[in-house]
Amino acid sequence: MDHVAACPVHPDVIKAMLPFLTEKFGNPSSMHSLGEEVTEAVDDARDNTAKLINARTDDVIFTSGGTESNNWALKGVVAASKSRGNHVIISSIEHFSIMHAVKALEKQGIEITRLPVDKYGVVDPEDVEKSITPQTILISVMHGNNEMGAIQPVAEIGAIARANKIPFHSDGVATVGVIPVDVEAMNIDLLSMAANPMYGPQGIGALYVRRGTRIAPLMDGGIQERGLRAGTENVLGIVGMGKAAEIAAEEMQSRIDHMVPLRDKLIKSLPSLMEDVHVVGPTTNRLPNNVSVVVKYVEGESMLLFLDMEGVKIASGSACISRSLKVSHVMLAMGIDAGTAQGSLLFTLGQDNTEQDVADVIEILPPIVQKLRDMSPLYKRTAKFKAGRAS
Amino acid sequence: MYSEVVMDHFKNPRNVGEIPDADGVGEVGNPACGDIMAFFIKVKDDKLVDVKFKTFGCGAAIAVSSMVSEMALGKTLDEAMQITNASVIDALEGLPKKKHHCSNLGADALHRAIEDYKAKQKGAAYEKPLDGAEVCACPVCDVNDPEEAPYCQSACERVK
Repeated sequence: MDHVAACPVHPDVIKAMLPFLTEKFGNPSSMHSLGEEVTEAVDDARDNTAKLINARTDDVIFTSGGTESNNWALKGVVAASKSRGNHVIISSIEHFSIMHAVKALEKQGIEITRLPVDKYGVVDPEDVEKSITPQTILISVMHGNNEMGAIQPVAEIGAIARANKIPFHSDGVATVGVIPVDVEAMNIDLLSMAANPMYGPQGIGALYVRRGTRIAPLMDGGIQERGLRAGTENVLGIVGMGKAAEIAAEEMQSRIDHMVPLRDKLIKSLPSLMEDVHVVGPTTNRLPNNVSVVVKYVEGESMLLFLDMEGVKIASGSACISRSLKVSHVMLAMGIDAGTAQGSLLFTLGQDNTEQDVADVIEILPPIVQKLRDMSPLYKRTAKFKAGRAS
Repeated sequence: MYSEVVMDHFKNPRNVGEIPDADGVGEVGNPACGDIMAFFIKVKDDKLVDVKFKTFGCGAAIAVSSMVSEMALGKTLDEAMQITNASVIDALEGLPKKKHHCSNLGADALHRAIEDYKAKQKGAAYEKPLDGAEVCACPVCDVNDPEEAPYCQSACERVK
């Protein structure tokens, strides 16, 4: 149940990709027939990806994935708009590829506003409106957050950006191919996408760039991708992403219908089975695949290790697990204290998860939590505290 | 990621619990860093006759606490003060680099329990050193910001 880390590639996607590993090895820039064949395949993939988000085909530019798309959107728009202003608005719960990209921009003198979120992890569009200055050159708010599932009011934020003539970027890596995304209805000018969350291969993604949006390339070189993204196309990945997008468009509703009951069962059961376990993020307007909870008085990694021994693989926002040994900035932004955030458990569901998987978690987790709590100096204190207060 | 010895101590930690009438109690860490260790000791004839611990933390932190308790049990106070983070890491047959700070916490918590005992013997209150509330320093190289130096590529290497 750790699909946020990696989704298995759909068998039909593999089937579509295989010929491009063997006989169809052309370069789209070549004039001969081999080049022509792959050019067609890349065009088809672009078309399918564009359809998934209701975009013009030409406005989809393939990249190496969500991280590149996010970096490019921010740095590319800022570089192209320096004469117009130096202020960028983001939310405080963005992915590291946004959070760290704006840190780099700050070093170049760009001013960044990081919008707060409420306790459910949702940005208030009014805060966006209030943060706009005459210097604002870009607004970037993610569509769905993978760590706690909150879906942001991007259509409202997009409308505000449009009314103020400011380009609006949204990180759609967690949502494109998972829930409906429509760049027209949502007033999105730039949209980051990745293939893996929709059962495509890793290492391929795209940035939607609405025609007329001013953006400088991140990569200089040849004139691939309309001169916006140099480098020989990753044909294999692009074909895989196109196929994944095509299948996602067909299967989206049935996938949602499969995952939502599993998600809701976990969200309902876990806090009722154990004391001091809280759901992180909203219960409605939530990614269909996301279950995020905090278990107080214990630390995430120790729970993960025991769950792994029982065959359940999940993730956590605990500091001990992250490479930087820092607690998730997303949970801190939601007002969850650092100690509680250590007990984070993140389940991300996929098509291969079943009711039995959910039943297993419900059976396996409570004894693990109890065992670790019995070992925890924090648990004892609170139990005593409660007893003291009752008497 | 963890050695077999670490996993064994994590799965079956030795000496978990508290000693209600402990002769010395030592605690180290804070929840923001992800680890809190509390050690309880009983002392007789200058020897540690009972050692118990409670730990909030990751797999490494639990294994370290268990190992420290086992290493300390039966030792004289002076011998127990010689337990270092490096000797704990060795006894556990290694820890991933980013977990090296956990090993220091275990030894520190034990040493604080011993110092608490010694202070009580003298009739003085032991003043616990402050663990800065939000600062998670690398005890090996004293870098405060893990983002600048993720526990701590070069410096921690010197420990081994």
